[in-house]
Amino acid sequence: SLLLAVSLPTADIISTVEFNHTGELLATGDKGGRVVIFQREPESKNAPHSQGEYDVYSTFQSHEPEFDYLKSLEIEEKINKIKWLPQQNAAHSLLSTNDKTIKLWKITERDKRPEGYNLKDEEGKLKDLSTVTSLQVPVLKPMDLMVEVSPRRVFANGHTYHINSISVNSDCETYMSADDLRINLWHLAVTDRSFNIVDIKPANMEDLTEVITASEFHPHHCNLFVYSSSKGSLRLCDMRAAALCDKHSKLFEEPEDPSNRSFFSEIISSVSDVKFSHSGRYMLTRDYLTVKVWDLNMEARPLETYQVHDYLRSKLCSLYENDCIFDKFECAWNGSDSVIMTGAYNNFFRMFDRNTKRDVTLEASRESSKPRAVLKPRRVCVGGKRRRDDISVDSLDFTKKILHTAWHPTENIIAIAATNNLYIFQDKVNSDMH
Amino acid sequence: MFARGLKRKCADHEEDMGGALAGFRAVPSYSLQRQSLLDMSLVKLQLCHMLVEPNLCRSVLIANTVRQIQEEMTQDGTWRVAAPQSTGRAPLDRLVSTEILCRSMREQDGVHPAPGMGDDHVLGPGSELSTVTSAQTPRDPQNSVWEMDSPRENRGNFQKSLDQIFETLETRNPSSAEELFSDMDSSYYDLDTVLTGVVSRAEPGPCDGLQGLPPVATPASSSSCKSDLGELDHVMEILVET
Repeated sequence: SLLLAVSLPTADIISTVEFNHTGELLATGDKGGRVVIFQREPESKNAPHSQGEYDVYSTFQSHEPEFDYLKSLEIEEKINKIKWLPQQNAAHSLLSTNDKTIKLWKITERDKRPEGYNLKDEEGKLKDLSTVTSLQVPVLKPMDLMVEVSPRRVFANGHTYHINSISVNSDCETYMSADDLRINLWHLAVTDRSFNIVDIKPANMEDLTEVITASEFHPHHCNLFVYSSSKGSLRLCDMRAAALCDKHSKLFEEPEDPSNRSFFSEIISSVSDVKFSHSGRYMLTRDYLTVKVWDLNMEARPLETYQVHDYLRSKLCSLYENDCIFDKFECAWNGSDSVIMTGAYNNFFRMFDRNTKRDVTLEASRESSKPRAVLKPRRVCVGGKRRRDDISVDSLDFTKKILHTAWHPTENIIAIAATNNLYIFQDKVNSDMH
Repeated sequence: MFARGLKRKCADHEEDMGGALAGFRAVPSYSLQRQSLLDMSLVKLQLCHMLVEPNLCRSVLIANTVRQIQEEMTQDGTWRVAAPQSTGRAPLDRLVSTEILCRSMREQDGVHPAPGMGDDHVLGPGSELSTVTSAQTPRDPQNSVWEMDSPRENRGNFQKSLDQIFETLETRNPSSAEELFSDMDSSYYDLDTVLTGVVSRAEPGPCDGLQGLPPVATPASSSSCKSDLGELDHVMEILVET
C-alpha cells in the first residue's frame, strides 16, 4: 500500500526524474533547463517507523536556451535526461543533457570552513603585518551546510539530431548518448571527441523510415547495449564485435498480428523507453498501449505483455489528431525486478506485479491524495457496469500525462512527475501490492 | 471523369448491399475516413516556420503513415472527389470514437478490396463516428483550403509530390549563406524541416500540458504571413492539378 510522502510543485514542467544508485538522492530536470536534487533525510531515531522523507538539496541551472544561427532554430534548454554516475568519493556526479549538449556536474558539500589565517582576516582582507605578533594554525570550524554544484565537463557538438538518451557504462569511465539516428560513445574525461558506434542514417534521407528512440548500457556487461526503434524493434549490440555496431548481435521484434493491423499499427508499436532489469536478464519496453518484458535469450517475442490502457485502441484516430499518440511514456522496474511501472493519462500510473499478475491503477494528484493517506486504486470503465468512482474513457484528461516515473533502486519508493508537480510515494506497511 | 465514374460505382455498390446500409449513409465511409487521415497527415507534415527544430521521430512516423495510405489507395485505384468535411473539428478534450480506422482488417466488412472494386466497404454499426477532419482552427487561413472540395491528383503526381516532400536532408547545406535568405518556396522542399516538419511554432512538443493541446497547425505570425501564403500556394499546386 502506497501513501503520499510529499508532493512538490515545481517551477516548470518536469521532463526527467532519476534516483541515484543508493536512492539517497533524487534528481529532476525541467523544461526551463533547471535541475533540482532532493535528498532523503536520515530516519529519525525518535520515530523509528517514520522513514526518511525527501527535501530539496540543491537547485541549479544546467542548460540555457541557445540559438543555432545556421539553421535559424532555437535549441531548447529542456533537460531530456539525467543520469547519475556511481559515487566514487565524497562528491556526487551526474550527467544532464538537452537536445544537443551533455554536461557533467559535480555536487559537493561544504560544512566546514577554515578560520584563523595568519595573513588574512575574517573577511579575507590582508592583515596589517605589524599587528601580527604570533603564528596560529588555522582550524576548521563547522558552518551551515552549503551544497556546491560545478560543471566539470561539457560534451558539445556530438549530435546533429536530438539526443533522446544517455547511459553510463558499468565501467564508470565511458557513457553513451543517442539521438534519432546515431549513438556516440564518450569517455567521461574527454570532451573534444566521441566515437560513433551506431549510425542508421540512410545515404538518402528520402529512405528514412526508422529512428532510434532510446538506448541503454547493460548493467553488468560493459560491452553490451540495447537500442530501440520507432518500428518497435530492439537491437542488442556488442561493442567487441565491431567498431561500428550497425550489425546487431540480437534483434528483438514481435511479429505483427495481421488481424490487428491498422494505419496506426506502426505508430503504436514505436518503443518510447527501454530499461534493463537490475539483474541484467531482462529488458522492459514501453510502446503506446503496452509494456513488455523481454528475455535477452529470446528474440522472437516478448516474455510478458501488459496492457496499460487498451481502451484507447478504438480512439487512436483522435489521439493521432491531437498528437497524443506520439507521447513518449517511460517505464521502470522495482529493485527486485518483480514489479514494473509506467505512466498513463489523467495523472494515472500503472503497476504490474509480474509474479501475481495483478495490476493496479493509481492517481497522482493533489485532489485525490492527501499526505500520509493511502492511495486508492482507480478504475477506467469502458461501458458496461460502472462503479461509483470509475472514470469513463471519454472523461479522461489527456493533457494530464505521466511520462516520467522512477523507482528507488532498493526500496518501495517511487517518484512520479505530473506536469509540474513531483509526487513521491512510499510504501508504509509492506512491499506487497494491493 | 475517373472520379465521377467511381463515385457512381460506389453508390451502386452501396445500394447493392441493401437497405441495411441505408441508415449508414450519413456515416462517412472507410475511404472518406482514410482520405481525411491522409489530409490530416499532410497538414501535420506541412512546413511552417518553426522556432524549434521539430521532432524527427514524429515526422518519420507520420510520413510512414502517409506512405501506407498512399500504397493502399494506389492498390485500390481510388482517387475521388473528397466529400465536404463535416463542420468543426472534434473537441480536443474529449475523445470521439473513430472506430472504423482503428479497426483491424478482419473486423471490416468483407475482405480487403480487390483492385478495381468499389472501395466502399461500409462497416458495421455501433460507432459514433465523426469525420476525421484536418484539425485546423477556424481562423486559420488555410482552413478553407483544406476543407473545400478539391479534385485529387492522379496517382503519378501524388507519388511525385510525396517524393518531393521527402527530399534529402543534405539539400540543406548549412554553409551556404543563401540558405538563410532563400526563397520561401524552396524552403518547402528543404530539409530536415520537411521531414521533421510541422506544426505550430508555439509547440515544443505534445507534452505541454499547461498550455493544453495545441491545434495541429496554428496560424503563422504576421511577419511571415506573406511567405506562408507562398507556401500555401505551393502546397495547393502540388495537390491540385494545375
